[in-house]
Amino acid sequence: MSQRLINWFKFASPATFYPLAGKLWPWFAALAAAFTLAGLWLGLFVAPTDFQQGEGYRIIFIHVPASWMSMFIYCVMAFWAAMGLVFNTRLSGMMSAALAPTGALFAFLSLWTGALWGKPMWGAWWVWDARLTSELILFFLYLGYIALTSAIDDPRRADKAGAIVSLVGVINVPIIYFSVKWWNTLHQGASVSLTKAPSMATTMLWGMLLMALAFWMYTIAVALCRVRAIILEREGRAQWVAELPEMRT
Amino acid sequence: MNAFLSVLRRDLLLAARRKSEVLTALFFFMIVVSLFPLGIGPETALLRRIAPGVLWVAALLAAMLSLNRLFATDHQDGTLEQMALSSTPLSVLVGGKVLAHWLTSGLPLVLLAPVLGLQFDLSSRALGILMLSLLLGTPILSLIGAIGAALTLGVRGGGVLLSLLVLPLYIPALIFGAGAVEADMAGLGAGGHLSLLGALLALGVFFAPWAATAALRLALE
Amino acid sequence: MNWASASDFFAMGGYGLYVWGSFGLTFAALAVEAALAAGRLKTARRRVRRELAADLDTQD
Repeated sequence: MSQRLINWFKFASPATFYPLAGKLWPWFAALAAAFTLAGLWLGLFVAPTDFQQGEGYRIIFIHVPASWMSMFIYCVMAFWAAMGLVFNTRLSGMMSAALAPTGALFAFLSLWTGALWGKPMWGAWWVWDARLTSELILFFLYLGYIALTSAIDDPRRADKAGAIVSLVGVINVPIIYFSVKWWNTLHQGASVSLTKAPSMATTMLWGMLLMALAFWMYTIAVALCRVRAIILEREGRAQWVAELPEMRT
Repeated sequence: MNAFLSVLRRDLLLAARRKSEVLTALFFFMIVVSLFPLGIGPETALLRRIAPGVLWVAALLAAMLSLNRLFATDHQDGTLEQMALSSTPLSVLVGGKVLAHWLTSGLPLVLLAPVLGLQFDLSSRALGILMLSLLLGTPILSLIGAIGAALTLGVRGGGVLLSLLVLPLYIPALIFGAGAVEADMAGLGAGGHLSLLGALLALGVFFAPWAATAALRLALE
Repeated sequence: MNWASASDFFAMGGYGLYVWGSFGLTFAALAVEAALAAGRLKTARRRVRRELAADLDTQD
């Protein structure tokens, strides 16, 4: 048990993680490309036309995976934040910082595709639907995290402040979702729900799952790439960096 | 407990010496609320419908105004460091400061709200619910705000950053608070909303001083 | 296969603007983000290399 713990902590050191991330990210990028091709093929060519929404429903293959990823990435960020606070590892904060922009991007894409779906289906670019509203608030939470961490100059303090924000946020996300849902049912405005497709064919489900996997692999690849950049930016003066083969010219 | 009370007394005394800060937030609240009828028009049915939301949003903004100074002055003159070094847990002292903040910036809003509600032609029953919802809700604003204030302490662009961090977290309080009044006016009863606000308050009292303390320790490092 | 022709595919049953607007912007945004991350790594690496070279110069 203790042996295994020590092995895990070995990877928590930037000096070990930097080359590992460099080796791993191309694999995740390749997986992302493969899953994207499979998902697009299934979503655009195999999945049948929806009898109510016509071809417009195909936005679901982007919209739903992007929403899933935006929520999932926030949880992963909070996980790294908690790890950073508990074990005081430098790498955890860097992981959170590397994930935040991707999460914010997915939240934005979810809103954007939601608008493009809403216009033909509901006749409005924006509907105060519980899911869309919570997604918007999640986007605000990402912006708050990014704004706070980039306003603090000392990276260690930025990491810890970001950790507190993301933990407070992750406690609040279910409360916010619940309250927005409650607000929505009180006002009875838009009772149309996005994912309640009349009959979800299995090919549609598979297409969504494949795209979600593609986004997931993409997130890992980009986050690894970004965490490498962050490691170099923060620890560029360390001895191990000077000894990297790629730094020899 | 003694330390808690002495921090509370000290902060209240300081607020009493600097009355203008408390009054500014109150005037802000009054002016923002009075602007809405001017912008929307004097139609009473419409005003009555938007009143809970307007009053609550104005209360959120007014509560934000004074948050900046919750820890900043104590940080500048070194009192905060003394507090962190004292034998009493810092979270207890933070709790005292948050309570003082609520008494000076939240409670006045609660007391002023019914007067402003009259501008919107609210019934006396709706005014009562509004006061009750603000009474339960404004402490949540001070508690969550304390986390934001501690995190942005000494950070450049702190004021704007604070609102960016804190306002999204205020949304549940806004929804349940304004919703309580609306639900009552619609004849649905405000009980559910008010008890949820109470639950949020309990959660806030339990977690917020702790998170704010962690953030303060970061700023003091 | 759902599509009779390429133009049929791009028209998306009249929803072309919305469907391609979503897919296009999503993949464009992901590509831009990946490029930005790669660029950030490249800049960081160049900076470290320059600093190392400067250190060597001062040592000589």
